[in-house]
Amino acid sequence: MSLPRVSIQTDDFDLTAEVNTLRQQDARVGAVCSFVGTVRDRNEGQSVSTMELEHYPGMTEKAIEAMIDEAFRRFDILGARVIHRVGLLQPLDQIVLVVVTSAHRGESFQACEFLMDYLKTQAPFWKKEQTPEGARWVDARVSDDAALAKWGIQASNA
Amino acid sequence: MSIQIRFFAAIREAVGTPSLTLDTQAATVGELRDELIGRGGVWAEALARGKSVRASVNQAMAEDASPLPAGAEVAFFPPVTGG
Repeated sequence: MSLPRVSIQTDDFDLTAEVNTLRQQDARVGAVCSFVGTVRDRNEGQSVSTMELEHYPGMTEKAIEAMIDEAFRRFDILGARVIHRVGLLQPLDQIVLVVVTSAHRGESFQACEFLMDYLKTQAPFWKKEQTPEGARWVDARVSDDAALAKWGIQASNA
Repeated sequence: MSIQIRFFAAIREAVGTPSLTLDTQAATVGELRDELIGRGGVWAEALARGKSVRASVNQAMAEDASPLPAGAEVAFFPPVTGG
């Protein structure tokens, strides 16, 4: 049975369950690397009470599937799983999960960072924060373009 | 030809609609953007050339020079901020 690699959902996710599902199907796995992104209660000097995540249904899934394909081309990895939440979130909530498996640690460390760098500038999500001064769309960061550039990919998002 | 155009996030709010269908002669993403800017008002403001606006064609990231196939689904949106 082939497991889904990408999920876009309003529901929360369980890191332990996702790691177990990904690694237990493959006894070649000797390394698992995971990243979880969460909602901060401050951004750009202001307190954040809630965050709303909008996305482009259909394109989001295609974009992330394509970046996982690229990760498999670049790194000797065995499995990958990406979950991204959308809708209304609060500080401390989990936003995004990336899990990568490989035989040895180097490849999954690299692929996990590559997938997050890619997702930051190429997947169609937008964050809107509620602050004491009202709602505002989060600005893209030039540092995220720079992060992708180190993998040899020109981003020009911000 | 008729194409479907979608807008997201701050651009969707600025133009006041999530989508529209347009009969256009535009051959590229850039020409389509200029045609929308030519409508003036909120369109000229939201899609102004000085602003960071990204686009997709048939749900893949695109550039100004990207061609528009017949029946394409085009989208305009701000820089992405997921993750």
